[in-house]
Amino acid sequence: MTETFDQWQFVIAAYALGGATTLGLAVYSWLAMRRAEARRDKVREG
Amino acid sequence: MHGFANPARFLRIARWATPLCLLLGFALAAGALVWGVFFAPADALQGDTVRIVYLHVPTAWLGMGGWSAIAIASFTEIVWRHPLAGIAARAVALPGAVFTALCLITGSIWGRPAWGTWWVWDGRLTSMLVLLFLYFGYMALDAAARGSQQARQGQSRITAIFGLVGAVNIPVIHYSVTWWNSLHQPPSITMGKSAMAADFLVPLLIATVGFSLIFGGIVMARMRTILADEQAEARLRRKAMRAQAPVAGEAW
Repeated sequence: MTETFDQWQFVIAAYALGGATTLGLAVYSWLAMRRAEARRDKVREG
Repeated sequence: MHGFANPARFLRIARWATPLCLLLGFALAAGALVWGVFFAPADALQGDTVRIVYLHVPTAWLGMGGWSAIAIASFTEIVWRHPLAGIAARAVALPGAVFTALCLITGSIWGRPAWGTWWVWDGRLTSMLVLLFLYFGYMALDAAARGSQQARQGQSRITAIFGLVGAVNIPVIHYSVTWWNSLHQPPSITMGKSAMAADFLVPLLIATVGFSLIFGGIVMARMRTILADEQAEARLRRKAMRAQAPVAGEAW
């Protein structure tokens, strides 16, 4: 007995996961950086 | 070299380099992935699943490269007590762990149609899983050490030692496919030569450059976050000490 796969389902799953995770990590890191720098500037002014 | 590692100079460079790396990285990675999906040929044996290589291989290299960077930064921190080295190592840990996890998951997704199984406990997969656990251990140790009095005084070197010792796993990952029998293929690309056809190699190299730039941009953003937090905390501590000083004088 042999299994048959739709290979594109695996390709799409890998790309969706990889793309979403990479983009999510970049956006999270960017926003965290902006928040931390805004807090530092606020403390400096205050 | 030491001059470039000055925090003020780093911030001056990182201010324009962070968005540049991220934007250029996403443009190159997206272009390479589109090329890989729509324009690169399918493999004669593996069919369309070979397209996962454009994501799997860059994440694998960056997972290993991330720990190599932690080891180099840890060595610099221990030997030269450099202020940015420890911050750089801490900043690399999260993206390194995420890219290692992505490598394992995309590899598993590729393994199901290619090998007929999601997972095997062979040398390459197991040593890569060990790398992911090392990243988790490093982050947990860093969080614990930063909470201690020693770390606040800049004297804790425990995470740096862990970063150096963990580097033992990197050559194990690299040579695992030659030391032990494995379902995983041996390296297709070695120093100066490639067993891959140019049709596959060119988009793979572009994807690697793109993901490396994204990784670098994320590391710089995280270093800026850590530096800004430390500067804010130091300023708040100084303010609190100044506010307490007259009260202490009166009591005396």
